[in-house]
Amino acid sequence: MKFQKRHIALLVYILFLLLPIYWLFNMSIKTNTEILGSMTLFPDNPTLANYATILTDPAWYSGYINSMIYVSINVVISLTVALPAAYAFSRFNFTGDKHLFFWLLTNRMAPPAVFLLPFFQLYSSVGLFDTHIAVALAHCLFNVPLAVWILEGFMSGIPKEIDETAYIDGYSFPRFFATIFIPLIRSGIGVTAFFCFMFSWVELLLARTLTSVDAKPIVATMTRTVSASGLDWGVLAAAGVLTIVPGALVIWFVRNYIAKGFAMGRV
Amino acid sequence: MTLTLENITKTVGGVTHIDDVSMTLEPGSFNVLLGRTLAGKTTLMRIMAGLEPPSSGHILVNGSNVTGQRVQQRKVAMVYQQFINYPSMTVYDNIASPLKLQGTAKAEIDKRVRSTAELMHIEHLLDRLPQELSGGQQQRTAMARAMVKDCTLLLLDEPLVNLDYKLREELREEIPNLLAERDTIVVYATTEPMEALLLGGKCAVMHEGRVTQFGPTTRVFHNPATVETGLIFSDPPINLIGARVSNGALELASDHKVALSGHFADLQEGNYTIGVRANHLSVVNPGPGAIAMQGHVELAEITGSETFVHVHFSDVSWVIQEEGVHNPTLGETSTFYLDPSRLFVFDARNRLVAAPPVEIANGKAA
Repeated sequence: MKFQKRHIALLVYILFLLLPIYWLFNMSIKTNTEILGSMTLFPDNPTLANYATILTDPAWYSGYINSMIYVSINVVISLTVALPAAYAFSRFNFTGDKHLFFWLLTNRMAPPAVFLLPFFQLYSSVGLFDTHIAVALAHCLFNVPLAVWILEGFMSGIPKEIDETAYIDGYSFPRFFATIFIPLIRSGIGVTAFFCFMFSWVELLLARTLTSVDAKPIVATMTRTVSASGLDWGVLAAAGVLTIVPGALVIWFVRNYIAKGFAMGRV
Repeated sequence: MTLTLENITKTVGGVTHIDDVSMTLEPGSFNVLLGRTLAGKTTLMRIMAGLEPPSSGHILVNGSNVTGQRVQQRKVAMVYQQFINYPSMTVYDNIASPLKLQGTAKAEIDKRVRSTAELMHIEHLLDRLPQELSGGQQQRTAMARAMVKDCTLLLLDEPLVNLDYKLREELREEIPNLLAERDTIVVYATTEPMEALLLGGKCAVMHEGRVTQFGPTTRVFHNPATVETGLIFSDPPINLIGARVSNGALELASDHKVALSGHFADLQEGNYTIGVRANHLSVVNPGPGAIAMQGHVELAEITGSETFVHVHFSDVSWVIQEEGVHNPTLGETSTFYLDPSRLFVFDARNRLVAAPPVEIANGKAA
């Protein structure tokens, strides 16, 4: 009896969670007439036309490509910068290390909108406006501190004696870092990459402001479509579904690492 | 290779960890660093290895100064108290890694890894990952990795502490044999006097960052230069009581008198501290010549084959180690016996002035 009750509660919970996502998917395979005409739980005439529109129209699919480019650049930069920084924070004592560590985190305390104007002005004046690297760099302001913070937690879990044993064995620092240390914090790197990806992928404000045509991200395309070509509900829903897909894929790959990261108390 | 430490001092944030240590380690010697926790054993080993620079002083190898040299360039190996292996590599790759880095030929690596693994009895585990091994096997892997390369200095920092009793005994017996035919200087840190004696070689007793005595282990044991050394190199710690020489007799603070004969013959008049090891006290009369003393029984620990009786008298607490099971009544006054021929005598500055001759110290009964 008790088992059944728990079952019901869970089912209801999952139902509520999935309802909006289902509704989005439902809309994406309906025609606009059906979406606006009546409320149907299942589409009367399922169609893939909306998806076809997105995948064939450069105005749509270039948004995905742009997003993926700057998100990848951002993840790579964040990790490359954060790995050595986190190593320094976890292994060395230097003057002001605690303050610096805290100061890094304070960067995340301000809302992104605060940095909107300075970024826009700066990038315009140095000719970075509407480039992928501009958005990637802007997102680094938020992702690097987070990456340093998460990675530091994972690195501090590795005993310092491993480093020393490696040096005694004759490893140079770069070689030790690449062949011994990185494999030990694989899960940490996975979790960090995931969080950087997630922030950069969903961030709208900076990405939209710093781009116009050449590097326009999908989230911006979606919001602009609303005003530009009236309300093409079906296409918009299809775009939404396609935007969820990369995130879902990444979560699927790092789900075990994230559990580990939570267990280590740093995520 | 001869390793010489010259006036090594290490201070961290105003706290002195190592205080003016000078010693010379001979090629092929086995050296035990004996001291309580926080005595500075690990720090001294890290300085020897080159993992930490000394605040002042020099480290010489065969007379040439290597103080600032990086650890990669020194031929050292180290085994830690924790089982440190590379978790992502198999046991084979773990052991092979120092050789690979030296650029040794593949066939040679294979040969040496296998022979070292055989020596450490882990030859059947070479394909496993470290976390699939038991604690003892992990430590054997760590030791194999340290021993596989031709190092001139092998540092073992309490390598057996985290192992269970049985494994510890097993490895402890093997270690001196494993290292016997090598030209390597071995430094072995431990907190246990018994371990130091079993391992033999030379012994440096450390206390609060200083080396209080350095010499052949048994000689240090039989002639602890200071009271501190005696306390450290004795388990349970050596029992102490104040004493005075006057009118041709040694008078203990407990009013017991000992004739000035044997190793006491040359004592001058003055104040002394008397030390006696717990196993040289007895709750049964060992024979004529023993002094009967009275003490208040505070605690009796029975390990099965031995009994440790804690007694209190004349403001001192002593521990008596006696073979067999004894059941003194707690809180009551009990008689125990002191053999005067086995007393250590320290002067007013806590330095040894008379030690029982080795034959007597080694003998069981008076």
